[in-house]
Amino acid sequence: MTAMADPPHIRDYSLTGTDTARAKDAGLANADWYHTDVPRKAMKELMQRSDGPAIRDTALWFALLAGSAWGGIAFWGTWWCVPFWVVYGVMYGSVCDSRWHECGHGTAFKTSWMNDVVYQIASFMVVRNPVSWRWSHARHHTDTIIVGRDPEVACKRPPNVFRLIMAYAGVLDMIDSVKILARNAAGKLSDDEKDYIPSSEWGKAIFAARVHMAIYVATVLAALVWQSWIPLMLIGLPRIYGCWHMLITGLIQHCGLAENVTDHRLNSRTVYMNPVSRWIYWNMNYHVEHHMFPMVPYHALPKLHELIKHDLPAPNPSILDAYREAIPAVLRQAKDPEYAYRKPLPPTARPYKETVVHG
Amino acid sequence: MADWVAVCDEDDIDPEDVVRFDHGGRTFAVYRDPSGAPFATDGLCSHEHVHLCDGLVMGDQIECPKHNGRFNYKTGAALRAPVCVNLSTYPARVSGGRIEILI
Repeated sequence: MTAMADPPHIRDYSLTGTDTARAKDAGLANADWYHTDVPRKAMKELMQRSDGPAIRDTALWFALLAGSAWGGIAFWGTWWCVPFWVVYGVMYGSVCDSRWHECGHGTAFKTSWMNDVVYQIASFMVVRNPVSWRWSHARHHTDTIIVGRDPEVACKRPPNVFRLIMAYAGVLDMIDSVKILARNAAGKLSDDEKDYIPSSEWGKAIFAARVHMAIYVATVLAALVWQSWIPLMLIGLPRIYGCWHMLITGLIQHCGLAENVTDHRLNSRTVYMNPVSRWIYWNMNYHVEHHMFPMVPYHALPKLHELIKHDLPAPNPSILDAYREAIPAVLRQAKDPEYAYRKPLPPTARPYKETVVHG
Repeated sequence: MADWVAVCDEDDIDPEDVVRFDHGGRTFAVYRDPSGAPFATDGLCSHEHVHLCDGLVMGDQIECPKHNGRFNYKTGAALRAPVCVNLSTYPARVSGGRIEILI
């Protein structure tokens, strides 16, 4: 008699489905994750907060936003406006992501209200509900790339390669994000949102969505009244035409790597980048380090990297190299969803902590 | 009935720092504030299963090392999302150069 092979597991990335139960049963929900040993004294120093670097970077960010917006408007109708809108787009549609992220962690500034103000501004720019995404990202850090638990898995398996490619154009993600905001503004939260947002915060999420939608409606009305594209070029559209850098850096964080593990060295990628991209991305290229120790501020991540790199896979030496690794892995996952690229560890590293349910 | 239980030598915890203390199948976080006075709370964050001993002590606050949730470790009060539930606190003292907590 011939044994029947198990049918391939079809992943359920919802937070209330079959894989949620599997993750909980396997102990992958809210699990203990691997951490590289770092002396307490060194870690305390790394976690120290400072206002200086983020004030400097935020002042430069606002200056670049204002300057490029001025140029875009001043030269509107000529080709000279294009480079200004290119810069404005990246400042708006890509920088917003890293500022949203770091301020959401509360690590950008030492002063809490500064984190909160920049978080609110950046949340609006990146078209994310500031309440629900705070909780979503907390879950992403608790259960990183755990199927059925992590609401922020960008590269689901099998991957939708067309959607991944289209992500760089920004249109589909913008449409999806506005739909979510509109649904929230109508007073509706999805089952997934209700899973990771405490019920005490639901009202705040709905209110924030209504504020964001009101600003978008006012922007569209301004464009119609003035018969001008400029209001939309300034608010909303840059999330489409300027998000390419956010996607270029963001999609290599986890794509092609493992799911359902409890060692960030297996599911996250550290990539060396040029200084401009690192400024735009606020050092999130040190992504293994960030996930292992999320309370280390962005400006201290290079020091943390130097301290623990003996225990991590070799970083990708460039963005291009990261794509050379990730693209074949993602394409292979389209045919074989169980596949994940596994980075070799250096001899100085401790072995991977491996807890795998499937995949 | 609660007993005073020795945790460690006073000098084993720097002022404005925290250590983990496991006892009787439970885990606690034991602190010294900036002036050196001892305090104790539950050892795990009330939001997720994370040991607070790996977090940063800032003045009267302990920050969870995973999600930026903050508590006043002297009162147990939850101060910042994502933490919503207060920590239990336990009396702590220095006796004969040792930090003890009442549990």
